Amino acid sequence: MIGFQYSRAQDIADAVRQLAAQPSAKFIAGGTNLIDLMKQDVERPSRLIDISRLPLKSVEETASGGLRIGALVPNSDLAYHPLITQRYPMVASAILAGASAQLRNMASTGGNLLQRTRCFYFYDTATPCNKREPGSGCSAIVGLNRMHAILGTSESCIATHPSDLCVALAALDATVHVAGPAGTRVIAFDDFHRLPGNAPQSDTTLQRGEIVTAVELPHQGFATHHTYLKIRDRLSYAFALVSVAAGLELEGDTIKEARLALGGVAHKPWRDPTAETALRGQAASQSTFAGAADIVLQDAKGYDHNRFKIDLARRAIVRALTQAAAGTPQVQSSKKIA
Amino acid sequence: MTTYIGTATSRIDGHAKVTGTARYAAEFNVPHLAHASLVGSTIARGRIARIDTSKAQSVAGVLTVLTHQNRPTMASDDSAYKDDVAPEGAPFRPLYDDRILFNDQPVALVVAEEPEIARFAASLVEVEYHVDQHMTDVRQQRHRAFALEPVERLDDNPFAPPPPRGRPEQVLGAAHVRHRAEYYVPIEHHNPMELYASTVVFEDEGRLTIYDKTQGVQNVQRYVASVFELDPSHVRVMSPFVGGAFGSGLRPQYQVVLSVLAALSLKRSVRLVLTRQQMYGLGYRPAMFQEIELGVNAHGALEAITHEATTVTSQHENFYRQETGWSGLLYQSEHARYTHKLARLDLATSCDMRAPSAATAVYALECAMDELGRHEAGSVGASPTMLFRARSAQRPTIQQQGPARLLSAGRRGVRVEQAERRIALDARRQRTCGLGHGNRGVGGAAGTHRRAHSTDGKWTCGGRLRDLRHRHRNLHDHGAGRGRHAGAAVG
Repeated sequence: MIGFQYSRAQDIADAVRQLAAQPSAKFIAGGTNLIDLMKQDVERPSRLIDISRLPLKSVEETASGGLRIGALVPNSDLAYHPLITQRYPMVASAILAGASAQLRNMASTGGNLLQRTRCFYFYDTATPCNKREPGSGCSAIVGLNRMHAILGTSESCIATHPSDLCVALAALDATVHVAGPAGTRVIAFDDFHRLPGNAPQSDTTLQRGEIVTAVELPHQGFATHHTYLKIRDRLSYAFALVSVAAGLELEGDTIKEARLALGGVAHKPWRDPTAETALRGQAASQSTFAGAADIVLQDAKGYDHNRFKIDLARRAIVRALTQAAAGTPQVQSSKKIA
Repeated sequence: MTTYIGTATSRIDGHAKVTGTARYAAEFNVPHLAHASLVGSTIARGRIARIDTSKAQSVAGVLTVLTHQNRPTMASDDSAYKDDVAPEGAPFRPLYDDRILFNDQPVALVVAEEPEIARFAASLVEVEYHVDQHMTDVRQQRHRAFALEPVERLDDNPFAPPPPRGRPEQVLGAAHVRHRAEYYVPIEHHNPMELYASTVVFEDEGRLTIYDKTQGVQNVQRYVASVFELDPSHVRVMSPFVGGAFGSGLRPQYQVVLSVLAALSLKRSVRLVLTRQQMYGLGYRPAMFQEIELGVNAHGALEAITHEATTVTSQHENFYRQETGWSGLLYQSEHARYTHKLARLDLATSCDMRAPSAATAVYALECAMDELGRHEAGSVGASPTMLFRARSAQRPTIQQQGPARLLSAGRRGVRVEQAERRIALDARRQRTCGLGHGNRGVGGAAGTHRRAHSTDGKWTCGGRLRDLRHRHRNLHDHGAGRGRHAGAAVG
């Protein structure tokens, strides 16, 4: 860890101003990922701008029947918020599938979106990594890549986005509210994170000096037919090998609306509109689900240690859609896969 | 008379441990304690070409930066570095010379007034290497492994494979049922909760009191005295509590050498605590391949067995444990061949971990035996558990037993009968569910660990597969190891 300056942001405008004045500075909220990265010398900010006291900690209903979640709402508060548990249980489940109670107490909603990959080589400053040091090469493509991506990879990077929460937010068509030097804007969730391409150093489409102020959920929460299924090497405190957020709206046995997002398989939460279209209007059956899984995975590419993920993802999609259709979502407290 | 059995009794150290008052090696504080931080190599094989510590040394609060170029004198002979349980070979010597033997090997030690200063300064040490091609992949290196010489008498080498007997290859060729399988166990790291640490208290006349994380204080005391050519009566080693070690603390670890090195250099008390990441550079349970072949006759009796193990060690030491002899312990077979090969990788030397060799060898043997039972059952018209029983009644001769003594055939018979009764109760359910559906299946398995006597073995058997798995875990947990477990499971 290197020496750094520390200051507090007085309000959102001040936070944006401070960051614009010193581009090598970083915002800090819960610090659950940034501090680790600083200790490993992966992140070397010249200044930490503490935003943890900004008034972004409320969960409010919107005029359109959705929910606006302040960027500083702790993950644990969000997971147990009555409006979330009643109307968006998929979000609560995804949060509780990740990290530990202690980390969730510290971690913020906005910070969860901005956490970095857990690729071993990103963390190991002795090895090349295009995400950490653009142009240095990717060690994971030829290295230990059991955890890595099978969809949307590039020659430059096969890292995955580690968040559970974001997979649910992607499935629910959330939006991200940001403020920056040029004012505020709203980003569709699918446009917020990006694929690595030849610039894996950028995880998101945030512009320089922008700060996440809120995440907004639209009205539809799929509270009746949903699941968040997370498959990992151990039942707790592990990142997903494959995770699936599924939401269905059924009319009798027929799928009226379908949402499907995958975690642990790509540089961003993975949505496939074609697969969702293929589900709509069909009977909620194993063969329908398997067909959707095939569409999602038709361009999947495995590497030396993660080829198993393609089959694992296929089965996880079918299992998750089965859980959602049956109204028996994955329980995160027992973790036994139903 | 005090009755212990059936009476709840607190551990003597229980209160101290759960209230946090038990003190571990890194928690002994003395005045003027200096703090050390390690710089690890970023290559797995080669030599240090250049090492620049000037930036680290210029940080306020840094006391010294030790490297192989400026360290105090250490013994020059391999024998001085042989601890009480060292395997054959040349032990690793930290900060001794420019050679790199494994990744994250210590190459510099920064000592400062505060641990944070030491850690920051350590990040400023610049090292350049002459890099050699390294090999850390056991799947590739297994083809260049070399075989250990079998021994007739265990006293000659308790860890070498037993000699072959009979004509295993021919008998396997003519066997009624023949089963061959390979099992792989990856490297397992101990990484116990307590970080490896030493607090070296520099006392009058250069006497040292060392609070060390170790499973053997005498071993560390002799080792430190030998490496630094000190009067053994001037070296006192304390380890009142060990926060987990599982075998990784049997040999002195490099942090004790380095903290003593710093204390002698500065004539001051020094503490070094390894990071969790650095602990992956210590010993580990060796990765291994085990190839097992079994041949049985038309009555289900085992006639021939071959067991070939390939295990991992470093380039500089030959660590291995009795990996194949267990096959001769549990079942009789007239014809047998045991082979143990060592594969050298550019890693630290492997070491003991919980039930070394027994946990892994019996795992492979019993998987093979269970798989044999599955395709053999149809062929001889018996259930896998009946075959398990048939084989359990075969008593190995003394010559066949390998490293330990035999289980009581009588006791084993009783337990297998109990298991079979439970299996019979579940038979209807088995038929309706079928084998291999979900978690259901029928099989047999036995376990054993060293130094067993024929009457004190603790048997468990019967029950569901889930239960049996728990018992396997118990087997792993034997520290001093004298339990034996067998079971036939249905679930």
